[in-house]
Amino acid sequence: MLKVEEQTPVQLSSELLAKFDEVKSRYPEGKQKSALLPLLHLVQAEFLWVPTSAMDQVAAYLNIQPIEVYEVATFYTMYFLKPQGKYALEVCRTGPCCLVGAEKILDHLEAKLGVKEGEVTADGLFSFRGVECLAACGFGPVLQISPEYTFYENLTTESVDKLIEDLKNKS
Amino acid sequence: MTQGYGPQTTDYRLIKMSRKLLLEHINVPGINTLEVYRQKGGYRAVEKALKTLTPEEIVEEVKKSGLRGRGGAGFPTGMKWSFLAKPEGVARYLVCNADESEPGTFKDRYLMTHIPHALIEGMIVASFALGAKVSYIYVRGEMMPQIRILEKAIAEAKAAGWLGKNILGTGYDLELYVQPGGGAYICGEETALLESLEGKRGNPRIKPPFPAIAGLYGCPTVVNNVESIAAVVPIINDGGDEYAKIGIGRSTGTKLISASGNLVKPGVYEIELGLPVEEFIYSDEYCGGIANGKRLKATVAGGSSVPVLPANLTLKYANGEPRLMSYESLSEGGFATGTMMGSGGFIAFDEDQCIVRNTWNFSRFYHHESCGQCSPCREGTGWMEKVLHKIEHGHGTMSDVDLLWDIQRKIEGNTICPLGDAAAWPVASAIRHFRDEFEWHIKEPVKSQSQNYGIANYAVPIEKAPVTEEK
Repeated sequence: MLKVEEQTPVQLSSELLAKFDEVKSRYPEGKQKSALLPLLHLVQAEFLWVPTSAMDQVAAYLNIQPIEVYEVATFYTMYFLKPQGKYALEVCRTGPCCLVGAEKILDHLEAKLGVKEGEVTADGLFSFRGVECLAACGFGPVLQISPEYTFYENLTTESVDKLIEDLKNKS
Repeated sequence: MTQGYGPQTTDYRLIKMSRKLLLEHINVPGINTLEVYRQKGGYRAVEKALKTLTPEEIVEEVKKSGLRGRGGAGFPTGMKWSFLAKPEGVARYLVCNADESEPGTFKDRYLMTHIPHALIEGMIVASFALGAKVSYIYVRGEMMPQIRILEKAIAEAKAAGWLGKNILGTGYDLELYVQPGGGAYICGEETALLESLEGKRGNPRIKPPFPAIAGLYGCPTVVNNVESIAAVVPIINDGGDEYAKIGIGRSTGTKLISASGNLVKPGVYEIELGLPVEEFIYSDEYCGGIANGKRLKATVAGGSSVPVLPANLTLKYANGEPRLMSYESLSEGGFATGTMMGSGGFIAFDEDQCIVRNTWNFSRFYHHESCGQCSPCREGTGWMEKVLHKIEHGHGTMSDVDLLWDIQRKIEGNTICPLGDAAAWPVASAIRHFRDEFEWHIKEPVKSQSQNYGIANYAVPIEKAPVTEEK
């Protein structure tokens, strides 16, 4: 079930719609639904999550039913269905990363940020979650930060502390 | 050799000099740009293929090379290409599977990051051979940096006339696009990938029809792994026969191995197939041995889905002969005493690692990634995760081990796609080889929370180890 958060509708900008047009042109005539996953990524890059009102506009843009967008947005794990921190930290928690200390990094983030997995810090800057294998097993533990998906490898609790401080100073 | 297990008995006459075909220029500064890639002989394969070979001749070269799919299944690439239906007036597609998500595997990310043009060159040659006018590279969404790298490289190639209309004046047109996924392991299965590329949930399709007959948009389609497509470049440059001379037996060529876990030097290595496993783990040219001076307890040799093996069976067959890094040698002994090449995701566990905890971790992964279409997988993966969580946290009973065995047996072979098998095999192999460690967790519920079972006799040279009968 798609649990709809209380939300004020968003409006897709003309710049965003211009990007939509470019993506849509990659597929043969009549197969524009293929653009759905890339369009949702563009929406998320803009709003840092995927609001339902944006999904409805994507449906209208692609001339498909809203349910076709909802079912995709809820199936794939990358789309945030509720607002996240400005920096959404995603730590790999699968086998190979755990062999080299990923669980410690997750525990450390929870203590450092003072929020549980999935929650947002009071200043709105950070949220974090464990995700499954990010295909960087030889350089673990690893984390990525959306929406740019910048990648950090060979993490230690110290390097995570430094990363958090750097991001705080940047804001 | 650094620290080995037991006496060093490998016959070093088996070891050949390593040859690099894909990563030869990996350390050349600027190799990610078209200019430097060209200086190092890049795009020669496109010139040769488009100007001097027919599509049929290219397929023939790939067949002769013996190249087997590098994504995990190991199906001969040339054979897959030859199955492609060619009805008149219907578009054909080549889709590159860059959804690399198998835990332990990170070679495609490495290749795309550092030598993106190798993939693009392979895509052009393969698209020409298959008669595709539009091709897609489906990259997992988490790899946004790699998507940006590929898009930049494609723009460079297009500006230089390697893509687009009338390539090299041959009349061949090709458009190449990068498609991001949305974060789903299942989209590495080729029909789920095609569903996803059509903008749908990644539910694998029932086969037949196979993609070669009805794939993307119902049209004939070939889906190949990144490494398979990149390997087409040296095959065309040097000829299929030359490529087939590298490697051992039916495992021809070189393979990218992603090495992770408790190793001195984890990373991506290009090996000639046939390299002894012991050499791969312990030699300084490759992984350099087990980190922190510890001993090897177990390995998962081909990505999380393949059976886990104790150290002794990793290095040698049950009869004591050395095991090699090849499709045949890794699977020697079947599932009783062997494993699989898979995608080449080589994970090493040192003596302090807990097999029960790792099996629970993998089960959680498969539960999380099951698409939910088939009930044995949807329900079974979650059930296995719960039972393993119970054992790992000191609440297990002896019957739970048999229960786990029973559940995995009922998943294997009963699902539309191989995710069910992939979820069952790690559990089955962990019980097969490490049953005493599971039982110790159950008999010692308190102790098992604060200490590990250790290495036991998993590293005892195989000829001295007690024989365990397969049920």
